[in-house]
Amino acid sequence: MTDLPGLPSRRSFLKATAAGAALSGLAVSAKARTAEPPVPLDQYQPEFFTPAEWTFVLAATARLIPSEGDGPGALEARVPVFIDREMMGGYGAAADWYMEGPHQPDADPFRGWQTPLTPAEVYRGAIPVFDAWCQQTHGGAFAELDAAKQDAALTALQKGEVALDPTLKDFFSILLQNTKEGYFADPMYGGNHGMQAWTFIGFPGARANFKEWVPRYNVEYPLGPVSIKGERA
Amino acid sequence: MARQEKKKDVVIVGLGWTGSIIGMELAQEGLEIVALERGHDQDTVPNFQYPQMIDELKYGVRLGMMQKPRQSTLTIRRNLEESALPYRSLGSFLPGNGVGGAGTHWNGLNWRPMLAEYKLRSHVEQNWGAGIIPEDMQLMDYPVTYEELEPHFARFERVAGISGNAGNINGQIIEGGNPFEAPRSSDYPMPAMPSTYDGAKFAEAAKSLGLHPFARPGGIASTSYVNEYGMQMGPCNHCGFCERYGCYQYSKSSPQTAILDALRKKPNFSYRTGAEVLRVEMAEDGKTATGVTYYDEAAQEEVFQPADLVILAAYQLHNVHLMLLSGIGQPYDPRTGQGVTGKNYAYQMNGGYTLFYENEVFNPFIGTGANGFSIDDYGIGQIDFGTEGFIGGSYISSGQSNGQPIRSMPLPAGTPAWGQGWKDGIKKWYGHSMSIGSHGSHMAYRNNYLDLDPTYKDRHGRPLMRMTFNWHDNEVRMTQFMREKIRPIAEALKPDSMQDAFKKQGQMYDVRPYQTTHNTGGAIMSETPDQGAVNKFSQAWDKHNVFVMGAGNFVQNTQYNPTGLVGGLAYHTAQAIRTQYLSNPRPLV
Ligand SMILES: Cc1cc2nc3c(=O)[nH]c(=O)nc-3n(C[C@H](O)[C@H](O)[C@H](O)COP(=O)(O)OP(=O)(O)OC[C@H]3O[C@@H](n4cnc5c(N)ncnc54)[C@H](O)[C@@H]3O)c2cc1C
Ligand code: SF4
Repeated sequence: MTDLPGLPSRRSFLKATAAGAALSGLAVSAKARTAEPPVPLDQYQPEFFTPAEWTFVLAATARLIPSEGDGPGALEARVPVFIDREMMGGYGAAADWYMEGPHQPDADPFRGWQTPLTPAEVYRGAIPVFDAWCQQTHGGAFAELDAAKQDAALTALQKGEVALDPTLKDFFSILLQNTKEGYFADPMYGGNHGMQAWTFIGFPGARANFKEWVPRYNVEYPLGPVSIKGERA
Repeated sequence: MARQEKKKDVVIVGLGWTGSIIGMELAQEGLEIVALERGHDQDTVPNFQYPQMIDELKYGVRLGMMQKPRQSTLTIRRNLEESALPYRSLGSFLPGNGVGGAGTHWNGLNWRPMLAEYKLRSHVEQNWGAGIIPEDMQLMDYPVTYEELEPHFARFERVAGISGNAGNINGQIIEGGNPFEAPRSSDYPMPAMPSTYDGAKFAEAAKSLGLHPFARPGGIASTSYVNEYGMQMGPCNHCGFCERYGCYQYSKSSPQTAILDALRKKPNFSYRTGAEVLRVEMAEDGKTATGVTYYDEAAQEEVFQPADLVILAAYQLHNVHLMLLSGIGQPYDPRTGQGVTGKNYAYQMNGGYTLFYENEVFNPFIGTGANGFSIDDYGIGQIDFGTEGFIGGSYISSGQSNGQPIRSMPLPAGTPAWGQGWKDGIKKWYGHSMSIGSHGSHMAYRNNYLDLDPTYKDRHGRPLMRMTFNWHDNEVRMTQFMREKIRPIAEALKPDSMQDAFKKQGQMYDVRPYQTTHNTGGAIMSETPDQGAVNKFSQAWDKHNVFVMGAGNFVQNTQYNPTGLVGGLAYHTAQAIRTQYLSNPRPLV
């Protein structure tokens, strides 16, 4: 079980274990080619997120892509690790973006990213505000709520019903976008652990060589994914 | 004081498609040429190698090959009243950066405009009268004819290595090609690519409805090929990482595969990277340029590069920006209609259907940038504008280009965007849908234009360019017409369900989702100097030793992807410089 992500709360831990059992075949075959199994999620030391932020990211991504049912959830795919690393990189720092003022953060959303904050700063600013809103509305920080209340809180956040400063208004959309990125990006970025998300939907990863398969209409492609580093699942 | 470099005969600003074409053609005249490229050097090996290139996050999502807004961007507003805001992170369009330009990470779809598009104003006036032209539409004729450009289109197709099936050779209609295309002097240099299942289904349905499907032409090699410069291509393997990526094998047409290695061998050609041109310098007489000043990234200083001939090949947006900064052509003013530089900015009007099939398998990761089939039955030359109430047209296609799951995950309307419903949805629907898209023309309007922003500056302290752009009713009517025309094709394909996305009346321009990098106008060609910035040879009307390449020359946008016309115009200019200008430098018109 060592490479299955463990989790801080008992409820989440049970959930991850159940999902992990269903996926053990995949996890093992990926592990066989990985020199060292990654640190379990509950022992992972985030580089960017504070402990409170990390608790939120674990809990929120677990609702955005839940572990129940077929296929990996965000936790099995180690999406939180991906997001933590992205925050430390060029994306988190908006390194490529034009960030000069004056800023008009309350502009029509059609006009794109207009906050003076970087994506990492948006996470940093918005998580405590959202947690406080959860406390006030649902009686606990986001991670302490039950799944139904967590979903209700995320829905409110998505619909813009949580009063966030305009500089933070893109929080939900980047959280969701980054969660999906971590689910489907090449595993070398820390998420999509064992290429489980690719296997789940039938995407062959970095194979990128299909000439012979072009005329085979309506016939499922038979090979599983490979990663950029050559892992196979 | 700027450092000064040794004088050259020619300085080329930007080393993408047009810079490479002009560089190669003028190098054959023995001229001393330097190209200045703001980005880094990059080539198939080592930069586009397998498997590093097959990385959706790095290139598809974080846009590793594109221009970095921190270094270069513009501001955008939708009307004259709004204050423009910076395009801070890329969305709607994705200009290239580095050797090869956007020609490295494009899709490769290659077209010649339809016959009606060259003299569109005349076409409208002759058939329906000027009365049907909306009051604020600045509809124009190109000052060149198709006949003048035809040899240059053929040349570009041969150099770039385009795969396709001709539909009209010298007036003879050929089965399997596009019967509505303008007559061509020769077939494509390579046969059409095979299509995936979606394109084949679409073609069959279109045919059953009496329409005329043909394999979509593109710069994707269907076989091995050597062009006139000795550059080689090998057959594409439908890798599904085409648009936004450099081709990891020599299959996608690009400056790298078609021109650059041959050009590097020319002793009279050199290029410098990390060299962003800041402005074109003018002689005291005001009639000619003396060279360009650029920023040398390595030395961190400004450098003056003197040259007798200045070629702007920096992509439409950057060419117009440099013209505005350097005083090439009088800036256009929408209030008076006076001025030329920045006039008639236009874009593209697209829409599409998605069709879902629970029990059919599309393997969406198998694809190329130019995969599939198209019809041109609703092209601009086929439509009765008077009856339909708009001016324009579209080509319609189906053919998957990628199944990269972060960005390409079509789900039936009503599927939740997250949670259990989303997770169930991706399992159920990934690989079980196909799409049919329309790609349509965009006319020019009085208030869609480019000028300098009054507020925002770039890292060199230069004002950013400001784009004023919004959709107009004419294009919305055009795209809604396409919606009606595609529906029976989609219905004939009997999907379990389908949905569509076409612009509606009053819809505002949204800069976030990718639309196309088909920015046109701003340096339009014209019959007379009061109407546009350049003449029919893409020569600046008021600075005869400055030539401006690219889609900035388009008087309004055509219904097609621009590069066929961009490449044709580049060869047209090259020929004019070689045969008319060099022997006697002067205004050619
Ligand atoms: C994602 C994408 C898909 C596309 N798909 C298609 C398609 O399928 N079919 C089609 O017809 N067209 C397509 N295009 C458009 C096509 O790429 C362009 O039409 C074509 O590359 C234009 O050639 P160009 O020489 O004008 O500019 P580019 O090829 O972009 O070259 C311009 C070069 O100039 C450099 N530069 C800019 N400013 C400066 C400066 N100040 N100083 C020095 N250098 C500078 C840039 O870095 C760049 O290298 C696509 C574009 C994109 C981005
Ligand atoms: S689809 Fe073909 S042409 Fe495009 S990048 Fe892949 S191999 Fe190259």
